[in-house]
Amino acid sequence: MRKKSKSMPDKVWIISGLLLFLGLTTYPVWHNLSAHTTSKGPDLVLPVSAKECVAPLSYMRTSHTKLLLSWRDEVVRQGRRTYAAADGKVYNMSLSGTCLRCHNKQKFCDRCHSYAGLSTVDCWNCHVDPALAEGSKR
Amino acid sequence: MFLLEKAVVGSRRYWIWLGSLSFVILLGFLSYLRQFDYGLGLTGMSQNVTWGIYVGQFTFMVGVAASAVMVVLPYYLHDRKEFGRMTILGECLAISAVTMCLLFIFVDMGQPTRLLNVVLNAQPHSMMFWDMISLGGYLVLNVIITLVTLHAEQNGVPSPGWIRPLILLSIPWAVSIHTVTAFLYSGLPGRSFWFTALLAPRFLASAFASGPALLILLCMAMRKLTGHEVGEKALRSLAVIVTYAMTCNIFFVLMELFTTFYSQVPSLRAHFEGIYLGRPGYHSWLQPFGWGSLAMMGVALCLLLIPRTRRDPQTLTLACLLTFFSVWIDKGLILIVGGFIPSPFGALTPYVPTVPEICITAGVWAVGLLMITVLFKITRSVEAEEAMAWSAEANA
Amino acid sequence: MKLTRKEFLKVSGACLLGVSGKKLLAALDNATKKEAASGEVRWPKHWGMVVDIRKCREDQGCAKCIEACNAAHNVPAFDDAAHEVKWIWKEPLAAVFPEQQTGYEQNALKDVPVPVLCNHCDNPPCVRVCPTDATWKRPEDGIVMMDWHRCIGCRYCMAACPYGSRSFNWVDPRTHLTHLNPDYPTRTKGVVEKCTFCPERLAKGQPPACVEACPDQAMVFGDLSDPRCEARRLLASRFAVGRRTELGTGPNVYYLV
Repeated sequence: MRKKSKSMPDKVWIISGLLLFLGLTTYPVWHNLSAHTTSKGPDLVLPVSAKECVAPLSYMRTSHTKLLLSWRDEVVRQGRRTYAAADGKVYNMSLSGTCLRCHNKQKFCDRCHSYAGLSTVDCWNCHVDPALAEGSKR
Repeated sequence: MFLLEKAVVGSRRYWIWLGSLSFVILLGFLSYLRQFDYGLGLTGMSQNVTWGIYVGQFTFMVGVAASAVMVVLPYYLHDRKEFGRMTILGECLAISAVTMCLLFIFVDMGQPTRLLNVVLNAQPHSMMFWDMISLGGYLVLNVIITLVTLHAEQNGVPSPGWIRPLILLSIPWAVSIHTVTAFLYSGLPGRSFWFTALLAPRFLASAFASGPALLILLCMAMRKLTGHEVGEKALRSLAVIVTYAMTCNIFFVLMELFTTFYSQVPSLRAHFEGIYLGRPGYHSWLQPFGWGSLAMMGVALCLLLIPRTRRDPQTLTLACLLTFFSVWIDKGLILIVGGFIPSPFGALTPYVPTVPEICITAGVWAVGLLMITVLFKITRSVEAEEAMAWSAEANA
Repeated sequence: MKLTRKEFLKVSGACLLGVSGKKLLAALDNATKKEAASGEVRWPKHWGMVVDIRKCREDQGCAKCIEACNAAHNVPAFDDAAHEVKWIWKEPLAAVFPEQQTGYEQNALKDVPVPVLCNHCDNPPCVRVCPTDATWKRPEDGIVMMDWHRCIGCRYCMAACPYGSRSFNWVDPRTHLTHLNPDYPTRTKGVVEKCTFCPERLAKGQPPACVEACPDQAMVFGDLSDPRCEARRLLASRFAVGRRTELGTGPNVYYLV
């Protein structure tokens, strides 16, 4: 019989591979445990100045991105700036000028976005948070 | 399906070469990550010189990609059988070159994540749209042709009949990719350096000189390193093609010089002053490169015109190197940057590529060289196996 | 019935050709429609600007138009001229109209500062070359507009513009902004920007910021399709030039000499 070579027995590779696999697949669990994240939802601070948004709550919850994108194309590409809401009120189609007049970006928008794990909300690369701009009253 | 199993078997030299290229690719990739994060301000481009070596190298590589037609056309349309073993290598070179073109465009974009807009919001009035179509189509065409040909060779059967129309299509398509690229520049009323109907013919002439010159060099290198033989007649015929193309190229350059300097129109002169002649108090670092390129073209032409120096492998190698590098400087460096010097207000703004910019460019070049190495390796393996199979059959 | 691989590929290929052919036809249709529209009819409004160089000269060193524009639109300020971003700026007369110099002017005339900006051409080469329609000529008023959401930063428009009117964001502009105007967005790195004739102000019935800021009213803005407007009156009564009109771009910024 041939003398067994001095390389690592297969057992070692199999066990360490299994452990590595277990560690990787359970990563979300123990990462959240160590970061003390809970299943409690985002702590949103609602606007005080207005009770109604430009569209019903249920629509805004599901489709506010769609609304903002259509506003974007209307203003930039069609040159139309006013939006007639379902309740008859007329709003200026502006993220910074209308949405952020009521909502606080950090205490409302950002909280939900980070809870949902949205790392890139590119809008803020260009659109200005009025709370940050000098001399703004909020 | 892609016969990549042939590319993972190789000598020590082969793996050292691939390893070095991978290192350069990694360097380029890391530099690109920095550029992606910081912005294109990391390059030497500026308000006045808005396109630099990325676009220059793109322009040059489109030419190299188009040059495959110089072996395909004689073989398929004029039955010049000596190119039989060279057409596949020309197509491999085309695939690598077009990939490099697409990469150079990608690294030059300010917002590369939005690139799909070119497809989603297609604008047929923009030459960039047609460039995308023609380059993409040419890549697909050459990939299909190469794969089908290699598979057929591997199985020891002739290529299927339906590949011939595709190969014939690649002939006008090759001409079109470089013509459309020239149209990017020659349709702009404000850039007098490019505003000439002669730009597309110039592009084609210089491409058909530099591309086949590169192919000759690659084939000679392959012969030296692996013993793979495309045939002395093929190399000689291709050298004649390079000669004719270089003659046309130099003729076109002289035409440009005549129109500029005989007419004495200031806007035309200004570009030559910006690069080649300089002005009192201003000399571009491109000046020696510009003159060097012209000198190299002249020497290359002399070596190519004399039959003895064209046939001798050493002088042919020199002539091909001079051809390749002279056009590389002319198209890849001078042409694009020269269009922006002077600016619409007459400013002579120097353009100096930065280190990250050069690293990214080198990275893309390394990707191209990696691809050409792998594709040539696969081709060589397939053909060597086929040759062995034939001789085994003959001996049986 | 069993579908062979060959048949499957044939059918898929035909479908793909059909779909892409349809899309291409639609795109071509759009392109021709746009060209037909702009060729046939004059725009309902035709914004243009008339700049009185003599009035501008009276206040040497004044940069109120530039400051107003930069403040209103969050245009960043760069020390390094290579990365500068400018919507309206001043160039010496000899650089703006190089082919018009006699060679006998005194230096003061050569160096007269002339405000230059996007000319919002009738036949803009920048619009022609944009691969994504991120810049286009508005059918309602002729403004050559920018969509900073769509721009891919290829800078083809910058190569095409004969006037140098466009700037690129080589770095994040917010790093070079001291004051943020919350009523107007900034841009981000990697997009091209230029003067847009202030459509956000025009929508409110206000003239562009530069026009309003000029202390000598050297810049007159108006609807060139209205023969009674101030701009048309000036163009009718005084000798005016446009920049590089021989290129066929049809600039709508005129300079009274």
